[in-house]
Amino acid sequence: MAAVRVLVGTRKGAFMLTSDERRTDWQVSGPHFPGWEIYHVAGSPADPDRLYASQCSGWFGQVMQRSNDGGQTWDAVGNDFAYAGVPGEHQWYDGSLRPWEFTRVWHLEPAPDDPDTVFAGVQDAALFKTTDGGKSWEEVRGLREHGSGPKWQPGAGGMCLHTILLDPNNAKRIVVAISAAGVFRTDDGGETWRPVNKGLLSQGIPSPADEVGHCVHNLAMHPTRPDTIFMQKHWDVMRSDDGAENWTEISGNLPTDFGFPIAVHSHEPETVYVVPITSDSHHFPPEGKLRVYRSRSGGNDWEPLTDGLPQQNCYVDVLRDAMAVDTLAECGVYFGTTGGQVYASKDSGDHWAPIAETLPPVLSVEVQTLS
Amino acid sequence: MIRVVLPAHLCALARCEKQIEVDAEPTQRAVLDALEARYPALCGTLRDRASGQRRAFIRFFACEEDLSHESPDAPLPDEVASGKEPLLVIGAMAGG
Repeated sequence: MAAVRVLVGTRKGAFMLTSDERRTDWQVSGPHFPGWEIYHVAGSPADPDRLYASQCSGWFGQVMQRSNDGGQTWDAVGNDFAYAGVPGEHQWYDGSLRPWEFTRVWHLEPAPDDPDTVFAGVQDAALFKTTDGGKSWEEVRGLREHGSGPKWQPGAGGMCLHTILLDPNNAKRIVVAISAAGVFRTDDGGETWRPVNKGLLSQGIPSPADEVGHCVHNLAMHPTRPDTIFMQKHWDVMRSDDGAENWTEISGNLPTDFGFPIAVHSHEPETVYVVPITSDSHHFPPEGKLRVYRSRSGGNDWEPLTDGLPQQNCYVDVLRDAMAVDTLAECGVYFGTTGGQVYASKDSGDHWAPIAETLPPVLSVEVQTLS
Repeated sequence: MIRVVLPAHLCALARCEKQIEVDAEPTQRAVLDALEARYPALCGTLRDRASGQRRAFIRFFACEEDLSHESPDAPLPDEVASGKEPLLVIGAMAGG
């Protein structure tokens, strides 16, 4: 029987929620690394028992953890994220220039075919890669050598590289997103990169002609259609059908197009999920109602999904890496909140139920479908 | 031997006792070098990987003195060097 393992990173540790394919009864293990911020936990597609966790602390810095047994035991691996060459400078909030300084790993993206190969998106924004299971990390230096670095600036959460899309059909193509610089793409395995932000409009900043400066919150892609990429920007939900070359808005009838995560149904490439949030100054759902919005037409036409979600007095947020899908026959959708709830739907979003309700604030949710 | 007392989070990370003994010259740098050599998981948790500087919220105390701003190569107090008193590594009280 298949099973599902939900990997949850929180402000105070990691948790793993497991169930068989019925997704009715959930076992919770954790906290793993109690007291530490766990920005992301990810499993290798090539070996589901190989997990990586980004563990960090304002006191003790960055630690990287690896498990070879599905999270039963963990070992600290390498945490030396040294920028290649001269670190360079980026823009600070006041417009001044400030040297690149490593803070933490936001996102881990294991390679599809090798459990020892993982990409890491970090703050200050850069892309790192390990090919030895996390023992050592090397910067994919071409990204910051693009030359626009002095124009990159931090979003409110820091200048982070938070999304890494590996093209399943073309190992040379990688798309990453940085807040607040925008989307970048390589077609030569990371040697050279270019910004791909045409069509993004951000009120006031930057000008439509600027190639960087957009506060992209999250990207999602269906593995069978890597040229179609969906984006939740600071404001605006967008899509591209040419590998991020050009973007068009698909916010349509959303009650607000501000938000953080975006996800694609595992079997329906045109079914997309977002969680609208009131605004960038009100980081909670409109009207105190927690609603996932689903489009089955690739955007523009959105329907609220509310069954099982709190529809009054709900003032939580859902962060950018905190929504994911499983790949069972009836797609499961999962998200975590800053209030410590993890909600799951086992029917593509029609009905929801909490599978954990009192965790620390959730930073990230990933899902492994286990055979 | 120099006795070092670590914060609970770092003991869990390094899988070591709260108080450990290291054989090192009696300076902060030498003691931390010895600690990291014995417990590689501590690398980067006490000193910034890039700069080698003490992390902002890590403090060093001994003999009721705050040694955090001492030179890393300054001699530690005789009581620490002799093992009579421990070197305390403290996670600073910080937050709200």
